[in-house]
Amino acid sequence: MTMTQTPDTLHRILDYANRADPYPLYAELRKTPVARQEDGSYVISTYRELTDILHNPHLSSDIRNLARPMAAADGRATPAFINLDPPEHDRMRRMAMRHFGPPHTPGLVDGMRPDLTAIVSGLIDDLADKTQIDIVDDFAYPFPVTVICHLLGVPREDEPRFHQWVNAIIDAIDYDAKTDPPEKLSNGEQARKDIHAYLGGLLEPRHGKPGDDLLSRLANEDGPDGRMTDEEIISTANLLLIAGHETTVNLITNGMLTLLRHPQHLQRLRNEPDLIVPLVEELLRYEPPVHIIPWRAAYSDIAIADTVIPKGSQIMLMLASGSRDPDRFHDPDRFDPDRRDNQHLGFGSGIHLCFGGPLARLETQIALTELVRRLDKPRLVADPPPYRPSPVLRGPIHLHVEQG
Amino acid sequence: MTSRVEALQTFKRDGRIVIVGASLAGLRAAESLRDEGFTGSLTMIGDETAEPYDRPPLSKQVLTGWVPATGTTLPRRRDVDAQWLLGTPATGLDLADNVVRLADGREVPFDRMLISTGVRARPWPVAAEAALTGVFVVRTREDAEGLQQAIAAGPKRVLIIGAGFTGSEIASICRERDIAVTVAELGSGPLVGALGAMIGEIAADMQLANGVDLRCGVKVTQLEGDAQGRFRRAHFSDGSTVDADVAVVALGGIRNTEWLRDSGLAIGPWGVACDSGCRAFDLNGLVTDDIFVAGDVARCPHPIYEYRFISLEHWANAVEQAEIAAHNMVNLQADRWPHLAIPTFWSIQFGVNIKSVGVPTFADEVIVAQGSVSEHRFVAAYGYKGRVTAAVTFNNAKWLDHYRKLIEAAAPFPPAQPTPDQPADAKPMPVDFPGPLLLSQDATVVVTGHDPSERRVTAVRP
Repeated sequence: MTMTQTPDTLHRILDYANRADPYPLYAELRKTPVARQEDGSYVISTYRELTDILHNPHLSSDIRNLARPMAAADGRATPAFINLDPPEHDRMRRMAMRHFGPPHTPGLVDGMRPDLTAIVSGLIDDLADKTQIDIVDDFAYPFPVTVICHLLGVPREDEPRFHQWVNAIIDAIDYDAKTDPPEKLSNGEQARKDIHAYLGGLLEPRHGKPGDDLLSRLANEDGPDGRMTDEEIISTANLLLIAGHETTVNLITNGMLTLLRHPQHLQRLRNEPDLIVPLVEELLRYEPPVHIIPWRAAYSDIAIADTVIPKGSQIMLMLASGSRDPDRFHDPDRFDPDRRDNQHLGFGSGIHLCFGGPLARLETQIALTELVRRLDKPRLVADPPPYRPSPVLRGPIHLHVEQG
Repeated sequence: MTSRVEALQTFKRDGRIVIVGASLAGLRAAESLRDEGFTGSLTMIGDETAEPYDRPPLSKQVLTGWVPATGTTLPRRRDVDAQWLLGTPATGLDLADNVVRLADGREVPFDRMLISTGVRARPWPVAAEAALTGVFVVRTREDAEGLQQAIAAGPKRVLIIGAGFTGSEIASICRERDIAVTVAELGSGPLVGALGAMIGEIAADMQLANGVDLRCGVKVTQLEGDAQGRFRRAHFSDGSTVDADVAVVALGGIRNTEWLRDSGLAIGPWGVACDSGCRAFDLNGLVTDDIFVAGDVARCPHPIYEYRFISLEHWANAVEQAEIAAHNMVNLQADRWPHLAIPTFWSIQFGVNIKSVGVPTFADEVIVAQGSVSEHRFVAAYGYKGRVTAAVTFNNAKWLDHYRKLIEAAAPFPPAQPTPDQPADAKPMPVDFPGPLLLSQDATVVVTGHDPSERRVTAVRP
């Protein structure tokens, strides 16, 4: 019965105490595929309903279509395309994609392979003499951050500054007025302003100066859709900086954690490097970096399963739960790199399918292959490791490993 | 019951299956038969000498010269361990003795067979004119290679006869290379026969904006050659002429059923009739047990479309139907699957990615449900008697899955709820196909389930 309420299950999922293993709670949630909450919002947790609604043109990503405004929403800034609907979403995503992927820039990601491998090798060289490693701080964080800074044209040495801002913004994503201190929200808002001003300062001198980085390209764009406004460029760069920063860190860390928990697959990967391609797909299903799309809005009434979600409702999409749905995946709680027909929700689905997915895939493939190849008998120090606060972008805050 | 199960096991182990037609549907069926555990003898009969190859690129990437004509061999999903009789067309089928006769006089016996002989290009009706140098059809690898060379040679003008998908794609490729193109279409606009008048108008605008000399409502009456037998001029029914060095005859296809003329099967211009489990009907409308049909040559009833027999020349249909046919060839009645997939189709022309789901000709009204026609980014939904039956997207294919579900669920037309990108002036218009409007019946059904094994129809009574 889809109208059954499951407030307790959702609260337990959001509760930090369950961060290390939310999967049994997802199973509970899936008993009600489309669950109305006390506050009138809806939680969707099953694969079929998730893919249905992700492909439904009545599902809006624009907070202005919510009947009740959200606390964490910043109504003033120009939204990034992740928070827009067609046609504005399509236009901005298309303009950004012109410089990132096919059809106009088909070779970019693959062409980064040598650079990515060099960065990874350099980082692992520095680990060679250490017996204690933090996979997060020593490797999984610096690697994608270096890559996204280079891609965007953000100076690597500014990393300590925007690291603070990104953390504050992510903390505020799942702000809950009932349980969280108001500073969490105001810190997030201040960080948005700071990062906006910072990116604006990087963009300004790039006008009229063509260059290879994304900021320069967007500033001097001359495609069929014209040019983004400065505000649009800043919001796009902001999105890519945060997304390229945080999610890949978690994916690589989750990957190393999963391999250390499944030593037979770690050993196989050493012997069969080609296994990395399906292995990363299985990782995206089994331990994805993005667990929840915390809100979307019903632009108009949406019929799903045997429920009608009324116009203006807030909708929470439990992607990681969908990827563990036994109605779609055989033996879903088993990590199986040989799994076939693995159409997971690790990158979402539909028009908002992860923009940076191809890059995240390649980064994680190279990172895990090299870690496994070069670390000497790595062992987990603590299982489970300590987690970051967020239930949305979920991953360990540290992953201590011993080697040698 | 045991004996029936045993007989099936024996057939799966030692039986003889013949597949006539070694292209996409035939190959995928062969692979599926092996996946299903058939270990008996498998014979593939084909009239072309080449291994199975992919045809959609022949009017696209092959004509631009990006991919060589020999470069579209279909990837193999698995080893099929078959005997290949290629370059030997089948000429007859004897259902009394279960034997396929070949052009070279050989006879190939079988226990079960699959007909997947597909479609060939409809040739220019006047043989002497069709034989002129510079006159092409596009169906086979050799056709595409010849036309590619003719285009690469830089002709002064290319005439395309017929503005369906193939003709329009070829016109687009010529314009990309800045070759002058005349398109002659008997109907009111390009793609009208498949997608209706509204899309036809948009397609015509695209052609004109790209510099095509588009002539609708005219018929080509004569292809004239010079003394060396080279095509040089076309005459039209309105009395005008066009000088060109290449003519592409894109008048659709003819189903390859002639070899079945005396077989006693239910054949006709639309192909071989079969049930939704791909079993062929005989002339009396009786379903046969051992003869199956798949791909372009099959004509199969679809519950969503009021059990009308539908013939499709779609790539995805060939694959899906072949898999259903293969499954049913090696399973008992109770385990058989119906072919209920909703048809899909794609084309690329003038920089626009056109895709469709459903059967657009099965409609009385059409509405631009999302996007912008002027930007060539939109979704057009088709409705029949108040339910959604098809959708066509121009550069907006991400929404097709949603419309497929609306079709499967017999959702109301026009779609009631607005979307963020709904055009301000969206309203249903008559679909206006050139042919007679389809007849109406009231009963309707929905398709439930997502995998072949669970996909079933449920009757809906208002």
